[in-house]
Amino acid sequence: MMREGVAGLILRRIAVAIPLLFLISLGVFALVHIAPGDPVRALLGTRASDPETLNNLREKYHLNDPFIVQYGKWLWQVLQGDLGRSINGNRKVWNAIAERGSITIALSLLGTAIVLVFGIGLGMIAAFKRGTRIDRAMVMFGVFGISSPAFVTGIFLLYFFGVVLGWFPTFGAGDRNFVDRLWHLTLPALALALSVMAIVVKITRAAMIEELDKDYVTFARARGLSATRITFAYVLRNALIPVITAAGIVVVGLLASAIYVEVTFALPGLGSLTVDAVQKRDIPLIQGTTLVFSCFVVAINLIIDVVYTLIDPRIRFGKVES
Amino acid sequence: MTAVTEPARGRKRSLNLSLALCFTLMAVVIVCAIFRSSIAPDSPFTQRLEVGDKPPSAEFVAGTDLLGRDVLSRTIHGARTALVGPIIVAAGAFAIATILGLLSGYLGGWVDTVIMRWVDFMLALPGILVAIVVVGVIGGGYWTAVAVLIILFTAPDTRIVRSAVLEQRPLPYIDAARSLGISKRRILFIHILPNILPLVLAYVALDFAFALVNLAGLSFLGLGVEPGTPDWGRMLFENRNILFTNPLGLLLPAGMIILTAVSMNLIGDWLFERLTK
Repeated sequence: MMREGVAGLILRRIAVAIPLLFLISLGVFALVHIAPGDPVRALLGTRASDPETLNNLREKYHLNDPFIVQYGKWLWQVLQGDLGRSINGNRKVWNAIAERGSITIALSLLGTAIVLVFGIGLGMIAAFKRGTRIDRAMVMFGVFGISSPAFVTGIFLLYFFGVVLGWFPTFGAGDRNFVDRLWHLTLPALALALSVMAIVVKITRAAMIEELDKDYVTFARARGLSATRITFAYVLRNALIPVITAAGIVVVGLLASAIYVEVTFALPGLGSLTVDAVQKRDIPLIQGTTLVFSCFVVAINLIIDVVYTLIDPRIRFGKVES
Repeated sequence: MTAVTEPARGRKRSLNLSLALCFTLMAVVIVCAIFRSSIAPDSPFTQRLEVGDKPPSAEFVAGTDLLGRDVLSRTIHGARTALVGPIIVAAGAFAIATILGLLSGYLGGWVDTVIMRWVDFMLALPGILVAIVVVGVIGGGYWTAVAVLIILFTAPDTRIVRSAVLEQRPLPYIDAARSLGISKRRILFIHILPNILPLVLAYVALDFAFALVNLAGLSFLGLGVEPGTPDWGRMLFENRNILFTNPLGLLLPAGMIILTAVSMNLIGDWLFERLTK
């Protein structure tokens, strides 16, 4: 019965995700038509054109068909893995994305690791030291963290660790060597982590405080269990459930901030590719990166939903309303 | 007992001190935004190419940027775009969200379903990416950005208003009003609205902080205000290459973005505590 419940739940979530992706793809496709002026011009960019090229392009992008037919043909191509060619450089969009993806993935993973370790750690400390100066400092840090965007944090990090102290490089992602890459990605990952860490600290703190007041903690203490065991085996496990619920916000926030961080630190990732494409109005490239980014976000939300139900049996059995 | 109350009192005092600082900072920003030309020591547009990017000096307290423009004057003038856009976004989003939330929460049925499905869809989108792409493709800079942010912010705000309305719905005064035969529109706007307005106001302050950061972000990417406009986000974009020669060109506007956003967030939290509890 349990397995059926999980499978059914996953299927239900996927059933919600598919129309969502469908709507997103419609929006992404519509970008060609949202752009001011003739869609052909939008697709052509600033390149010189003669009537023949224009006609070829119209033919290629099916611009003479009605909107919905155009969309259908475009979607069919996309589903076959053809995202078209970029205006600048006439490259396959898919190749440009594949080339840039690794930096964004490495950056996000590093950022997530920092958020998890330090966010949960600091949240726990704040909960244990509730009401003290440390706790208040943590709350204040949280306000600054939530208020300050990744590009501003990034600039301060760049200045102090890159310019004043000179510990870290100020731009680029380094070469393929792992250590060098890590050295170049540390500051960006920190800027990325700080932008969302405050949420994790806040939620962990609140959840820990709530759990610490519960009877089972008093009972465990009375039984003489060690503080370490109570904290990590009992309290933390329960306190992490709200953190996982918020994981969707955290990861999506992280990905969105990655766009700013990559621009701030001049990293050649997907985010800076998107911004570059937007600045040059390279519509096919914008469509490609937006589509990939959105699919990623939808997929992550889907995974987190499923993981969440796997971790908390109460939700799995439908005893708790989400 | 004293051990428990002591830190709480200390906290309250420090909270009031930081609140006073927040209000002072916002007052300074507002004054700068209104009287910018009389306060700024120099025009934000005067270029001195022969001076270039210089660190702080007696003449230019915060130094100059690549075109030799006074960083301090540009930061002071930047207060205007930092206030006007976010105010319009916060007010606009909540005006729409209040109407949608009232309808959704009070009427229920298909109206509620349609509005909430739309909200769910908007919340599933990566908002920052949507803003970057739509503003970039449509063009139009600052005001397009303001419009896009209003639409993006309306969704979560609608959800907030709706849940506040749902809390009011079962209360006796609604039943009383209905049994008196008062029209739906009157119940919504004369009876429910004043009760949820404090909550709305608190969230408007939080929305302002978020809009400020997002508008600055778009300008930082070169998509917000027109090139050359004195704007904190735009300054970060234009001065990104002078981090070594005159770091204040970046740190001053960056600091103003953080401080203003922090202030509005704390003011919003305070309003929330005061008006809703």
